[in-house]
Amino acid sequence: MRSCRDITALVSQGLDKKLSLGERLAIGLHVMMCSSCRNFQSQSQFIRRAAKGYIKNLHHQPDNKTET
Amino acid sequence: MLLSAEMNPPDQLNEALLAEHRPVLFRYALLQLKDSELADDAVQETLLAAWQASANFEGRAGLRTWLIGILKHKIADHWRRSAREVVTAEFDQIDNDEDESDEDAFFMSNGHWNGGPSTWNDPEAAFKQQEFWTIYETCHNNLPAKMAQVFMLRELVGLDTDEVCQEAGISDANYWVTMHRARLRLRECLEIRWFNQPKTKKENNHA
Ligand SMILES: [Zn+2]
Repeated sequence: MRSCRDITALVSQGLDKKLSLGERLAIGLHVMMCSSCRNFQSQSQFIRRAAKGYIKNLHHQPDNKTET
Repeated sequence: MLLSAEMNPPDQLNEALLAEHRPVLFRYALLQLKDSELADDAVQETLLAAWQASANFEGRAGLRTWLIGILKHKIADHWRRSAREVVTAEFDQIDNDEDESDEDAFFMSNGHWNGGPSTWNDPEAAFKQQEFWTIYETCHNNLPAKMAQVFMLRELVGLDTDEVCQEAGISDANYWVTMHRARLRLRECLEIRWFNQPKTKKENNHA
């Protein structure tokens, strides 16, 4: 049984390369039982979408001054 | 057919080939210059310079890296021209390399979470709020400099993993570790500074 530490490292790698079937299974089984890692999984994907959103937001700002 | 391909000048640059890289170059420039128009100009100048220097270009494999190299010069030129402007908190210019050492703080010695991610309700709703993007930027800037650079090149600029390694001068193994730590840190920072904040604070913001 892999630890949360190992599973999250795999989840991260899975965002940038194709994991083996064994690795994907290990993640799948683990997150079924572990809500923290399940949250990490969805939040790491969220962080990727946020990065894209940040660029889009930067692009669409009328000028580069942020209101304070 | 193979033969004729080999006889042609190997990797002739053409406009279409250059244009393919425009979005990546634009994002890179935008992150540095924080201004769409300036970024667009810098990219334009870069493509023009690349076109004029195409004789010097060897091998299409490294085209994007080569273009980014030119773009960096254009951006540096810009800063030199507008030297009076103070550059604040640019993504990869901060020097806070203190503890890049480990993700130990996130996990206990048995590999279980120390604390661990809580559940975020409707995270996408944050995208509509300007305040969220300010916090996102703060969290990014809080990363150690090298980590911030690697994460930026991959997730914000959109380079491939091998291009990121080349650009940042890190090994493959280092890449995986760095990206993972960046995600752990960003996740925690967003949770503390945004998702765990009292709801009212967010809903008061009708911009
Ligand atoms: Zn877990």
